[in-house]
Amino acid sequence: MDILQLLVSGLANGCVYGLIALGFVLIYKATEAVNFAQGDLMMLGAFVTLGLSNAEYVGLPFWLAAPLAIAIMAGVGYLLDLLILRHIFGQNQTAVVILTIALGFVLRFVAGAIWGHEPQTLQSPLAMGDIRLGGVVLGMADVAVIVVTVLLTICLYQFFQRTKLGLAMQAASQNQMAAYYMGIPVKRVQGLIWGLSGAVAAVAGILFASKGAIDPNAGLLGIKAFAAAVIGGFGSLPGALVGGLIVGVIEPFASRYLAAGYSQIAPYALLLFVLVFRPHGLFSQVRVKKV
Amino acid sequence: MGKTILEIKNLESFYGPIMAIRGVSLKVEEGKVVTVLGANGAGKSTLMKTISGIMDPEKGQILFDGEEIQGREPHAIVRRGIVHVPEGREVFPLLSVDENLSLGAYSRHDRAEIARDRDMVFDYFPILAERRNQEAGTLSGGQQQMLAIGRGLMLRPKIMLLDEPSLGLSPLLVQEIFAILKRVNRDEGVTMMLVEQNARVALDLADFGYVMEIGRIVMEGTADRLMQSEDIKSFYLGHQEEGQRGERRWKRKKTWR
Repeated sequence: MDILQLLVSGLANGCVYGLIALGFVLIYKATEAVNFAQGDLMMLGAFVTLGLSNAEYVGLPFWLAAPLAIAIMAGVGYLLDLLILRHIFGQNQTAVVILTIALGFVLRFVAGAIWGHEPQTLQSPLAMGDIRLGGVVLGMADVAVIVVTVLLTICLYQFFQRTKLGLAMQAASQNQMAAYYMGIPVKRVQGLIWGLSGAVAAVAGILFASKGAIDPNAGLLGIKAFAAAVIGGFGSLPGALVGGLIVGVIEPFASRYLAAGYSQIAPYALLLFVLVFRPHGLFSQVRVKKV
Repeated sequence: MGKTILEIKNLESFYGPIMAIRGVSLKVEEGKVVTVLGANGAGKSTLMKTISGIMDPEKGQILFDGEEIQGREPHAIVRRGIVHVPEGREVFPLLSVDENLSLGAYSRHDRAEIARDRDMVFDYFPILAERRNQEAGTLSGGQQQMLAIGRGLMLRPKIMLLDEPSLGLSPLLVQEIFAILKRVNRDEGVTMMLVEQNARVALDLADFGYVMEIGRIVMEGTADRLMQSEDIKSFYLGHQEEGQRGERRWKRKKTWR
C-alpha cells in the first residue's frame, strides 16, 4: 500500500519535472540553445494563474484563469524570443546560456516584486481532498496532475504528428537549412516553439501549484528537470517525460529507503550513471548522416 | 527563343570574407535546362544560395519573371515557385518519406493538387512509394537524393535549382537520376538550373551551359557546343593530358578579362 502511495506521489512530481524538461527539449531541438529559465517560466505561470484566480487578487474563476494564464505565458515565451533571443542569434552558446540564466533571475525578482516572496497557495479545484481506494489514500491533486499530463502529452503528440505547423516545427529542428529551402519561415516557427514551451511551462506551473505552496524560488526546480531531460536524452520529447517520471519516482523511494543524506543526491547519482553508460541518454535520437 | 524566366545581372556575393561571386550574369529560359559547370570553390553553390535567398548578394540583380527578388527572405522566394534542391540532399532524417514530401508542399494549400503531385513523384520514383513510411535518415544515399528531388517537385516549381545531384553517387545511380530529371523536364516542363562538377551528365541533360571559374563566368554556349569545346574536353571530360604541374587553369583561351 505504501509503495503505491509513494509511486503515485512520485509520478505526480515526475509529471511536473517531465513537463519542464519538455520545455527544455522543445527549445533545444528548435534552436540548439538551452533555456535555463524554463523552471522560472513554470514558476511565473503558476503565479500568473494565482494572480488571476485567487480571491485576494483578480479573483476570476479558476477554469477561466487557467487557460488565460496559459495563453499569457505562451505570449511571454514568444516575446522573449522575439525581443531578446533573436537578437543574439548566431552568438556562441555560452552567451545564450548566460542570458537565459540571467533571464531566470529577472523572472524571479519580477514575480517577487508583484506577488511577494512569501509562499502562497493557489486556490485550485484540483487540490481538493483525497481519493480512497480500499486502504490506499491518494491525493486528488496527485491524480489530477497525472491525468492532465497524460492528456497534454496526447495533445502535443497529435499536434506534432498531424498538423502542418507541428510537422514544420519538427522539420526546423531536424534540419534548419533544409527547412529554409522548403519555404518554412524558420524564425517565426522558432518563436512559436518558444510560445509553446511557455504554455507547457504554465501548465506545469498550475499543476505544481495545485500540489502545494509556491514562492518565487520554485523555479529552481528546473535543475532537477534539467537532469531529467539529460537522463531522457536531450532532444527526445518522450525521453524528457520519461526522464521526469524517473526522477520523480526515485525521490520518494530514496527518501523512504535510504539514509537522509543519500536521498537528496539520488536523482543526480542516476544522472551520472546514465551519462556513464548511455552518454546520449535513454531515448537518444543520434543518427549518423549518410553520404 | 523562349521567354526568359530567370535572369541574373552582375551579381556579386560574399561567402564570409571571400568574394565568391564576382559579377555573374546569366539567363535561364522557360522550360529549358541550364547547367553551370565548374570546379570546387568556383562559387556555384554560393550562386544557388544567393538565388534562393539563403545568402544576400552584395551587388547586382536577380530577376524572376521580370521581378527583382535578390535579398528577399527564403520563404518569400519559395512562394514564387523557385525551389532549391541542396547539395548533400539535406532530407529531414527522422521524418518519414511521406512527411518529407508534405514539407516540400509547405507553402501550398491546394490539398487535392498536392495529393496528385505526390502520386506523380511516386510515379517517377517508385522506390519512394515503397518506402513511404520509412524514416528518411535510413534511406541510402541515392534514395535520399531521389527524395530531395521529389520533395522539390512537391512545390510544383516554376524553376528547380539542383545543386550537384550526382554528388557521392555511383555512376549507375547518376545515370538513373539524370534520366528521370530529363523526363521530368520533358513531361512536366519544369525549368531547371543545374550546378555540376560532372560535366558529361550535366551537358547531356542541359540545353545551355555556363562555365564558372573563381566567381566568374568564363565560357558559355549551347550544350552541344560546350561538349565539343577543347577546353571542356580537356578539363572536365578528361580527354587530354594534364599540364606539366598536374593542374591547369584557363590559360590558353582567355575568354574573360
